[in-house]
Amino acid sequence: MAEHMSENTIRLPDTSKLVISSSPHLHEDDSVRRIMFMVIVALLPACAAGAWFFGPRALWVLLVCVASCIASEILCTRLMGREVHVDDGSAALTGLLLGMNLPVTAPTWMCVIGSVIAIVLGKMIYGGLGYNPFNPALVGRVALLLACPTAMTTWVAPMTNHLEWAGVNSVTQATPLGVSELTAGALPFSYWNLFWGRTGGCIGETCVPALLLGGIFLIALNIIRWQVPVFYLATVALITGVTHWLAQAQCAPPLYHLLSGGLMLGAFFMATDMVTTPLSRKGAVVFAIGCGVLTSVIRIWGSYPEGVSFSILIMNSLTPLIDRWTAGKPFGTPRRAPREVKP
Amino acid sequence: MIKQLHFYGGIHPAEDKVAQSVPIVEPPILETYIVPLQQHIGAPAKAVVAKGDQVKRGQLLGEAQGFVSAPVHAPTSGVIREVTTCLGPSGAQVPALLLASDGEDTPAEPMPAIDWRQAPPGDLRQRIAAAGIVGKGGAAFPTVVKLSPPPNKKIDTLILNGVECEPCLTADHRLMLERAEDIVTGAQITAHILGAKTILLGIENNKPDAIEVMRQAVGDSGIKVCSLKVRYPQGAEKQLIYAVTGRKVPSGGLPADIGCLVQNVGTAAAIADAVCRGKPLYERVTTVTGTPLVSPGNWRFRVGTTYADAIKLAGGVKEDPIKIISGGPMMGMAVYSLDIPVIKSTSGILLLSQDELTQFDVRPCIRCGRCNDSCPTGMMPGILSVQIENQRYELAEKWHVMDCIECGCCAYTCPASRPLVQHMRRAKAEVQAARRAAKAKAEK
Repeated sequence: MAEHMSENTIRLPDTSKLVISSSPHLHEDDSVRRIMFMVIVALLPACAAGAWFFGPRALWVLLVCVASCIASEILCTRLMGREVHVDDGSAALTGLLLGMNLPVTAPTWMCVIGSVIAIVLGKMIYGGLGYNPFNPALVGRVALLLACPTAMTTWVAPMTNHLEWAGVNSVTQATPLGVSELTAGALPFSYWNLFWGRTGGCIGETCVPALLLGGIFLIALNIIRWQVPVFYLATVALITGVTHWLAQAQCAPPLYHLLSGGLMLGAFFMATDMVTTPLSRKGAVVFAIGCGVLTSVIRIWGSYPEGVSFSILIMNSLTPLIDRWTAGKPFGTPRRAPREVKP
Repeated sequence: MIKQLHFYGGIHPAEDKVAQSVPIVEPPILETYIVPLQQHIGAPAKAVVAKGDQVKRGQLLGEAQGFVSAPVHAPTSGVIREVTTCLGPSGAQVPALLLASDGEDTPAEPMPAIDWRQAPPGDLRQRIAAAGIVGKGGAAFPTVVKLSPPPNKKIDTLILNGVECEPCLTADHRLMLERAEDIVTGAQITAHILGAKTILLGIENNKPDAIEVMRQAVGDSGIKVCSLKVRYPQGAEKQLIYAVTGRKVPSGGLPADIGCLVQNVGTAAAIADAVCRGKPLYERVTTVTGTPLVSPGNWRFRVGTTYADAIKLAGGVKEDPIKIISGGPMMGMAVYSLDIPVIKSTSGILLLSQDELTQFDVRPCIRCGRCNDSCPTGMMPGILSVQIENQRYELAEKWHVMDCIECGCCAYTCPASRPLVQHMRRAKAEVQAARRAAKAKAEK
């Protein structure tokens, strides 16, 4: 009887509700949505700095880009007859990055067109998130740069538009890299102003401390690899350092290059885009060095003053090859060449 | 000398070893046992008893069929009520005997004890085969096969696996604390059989008490206890060999190729039982754990104890679990029935509660590279999974899918919740089928 009593009080699991699945049964508490959200959070300081330096219209540009990116993605997935996954935040991130890569004077229609190009031609046409070979925000930016070069390279001086929502002040200013002639010891901008971002430029690219803050935040969260910004910036510093040493009158010193243009934004937030850059750490280093070489070459010898966007897009196209070259040999592979697999 | 070497990749999931301070409990004799005739890799054992036969504890029930096979012994005394089939943890039906115990637990005449220091290796191998010893770490490979390497492969290093890197499981940990002497003896017997000069014992440093106890137990026997940094899957054969010796098993090769042999500590204890006490393998330590359970712990179950009985011994459940797993959470198999018996390789029975269920909302690969960083074999699971989705198995083979050890690190880290291990398994099966087909064609 005693045994019967204990049988009754011990509860056995109900097997009808059991879930059967393949191992592993544990999963790290992380998701695509969280990664995208964290990158957006990391970009906010730079956005705030842009709004401070270039006036509140900067926020309008960012908002239009984000909204039109989200709208284009929803429309595209509907047309493709797929489930809408805009909640993963990738479209919002593309919009934010595109907006940060536009001058504050960019007209609203341009923001919308840039966003549509970024999402439709940069991403959805390849099959959506994960399948795009090029960074969508840079596709949008470069398309606008080629289509409307004047509008894309008209820069307003910082701190002149403080309370201007609609119009923009006409006080224009060349960007640090747009100044064609440099003379030794007489740089057009002080390092101090370059560092804080008190120069002309795109909304989100000028304020170095804000970008560094976001970048370090992402490195600490293990969302981006530290190797990418470090090798990218080091390569640019090395090449511009050598050219500055050889031709001091024509070439700006390396620190000037590091602090100006879109380099910081590119190195921390564009060259680290997961989808369009190599998978492995080794591949990421190759990618970053390639970006550094191309950026320096375009800046020093090219006809464009700035080369970050182009160099990242060019390296994007090499990503599958880099993946193949840097594919790790499996653990325990002898040093001899792998056997060829018969078709 | 303590090596803190580290294998490539890996992850560190929450350990959740709640049962590590619960001593091993000897459960009472149950009414019935379902004893599968296949508790190992290889051919199933052939029943040597019939319905209605009276058997004693330790008596032979099924004899090994062929070299890669293992005999099965009676967990207690009683009557064979039926020769039948039962559900194994993998979900397949296996031949089994239903044993109704008489409650007396009368032992059969034990095999004579062997003085292993004097005995020739052949005799010891024979005893290990007769005792039905298989690898207790999970794969259940017949131990005697492992101990008979081809003559051109000289084993110089025996590595004992006390890593227990699977979260939640604590059976090996408790065994090291409670049966350290037997583990040492079993290791020495194994080294004697192989002629191995070096014996290394790898334990992760989240078990400092086990490291201490084992260091004392080894004394001046020459066995080295290596404290290893906690990292899953350190207990995987190739990863453990690298961690303690720095040697790399060639891709597609076996540990014997580099003169190593890895053995679970539980297997070592079973060898000591078989050789020094003449006791066949019919019981094992299993962790029964999980948040839905009333009292998680470690039990020395007789083989044939059903999961239902095991869960009853652990006090039953407070809430209905959403998953019952045979083994650990990283590599164990989810089961759907409680009539599955504990077998020689059941290291754990793990119950997961509703909120521990990971729902797989599979998204496209965003190429974050985390699978790449965590893969201990250095493959590129992200690229492979896309190739496999496109059914490009020949490409997957080129990208080394056959090196996958199915540890699950990639799927654990994947933010897009991709079923990477399932992809690898599918590709491995397809590649193997293609290789078999090619071989058959070549032979024609």
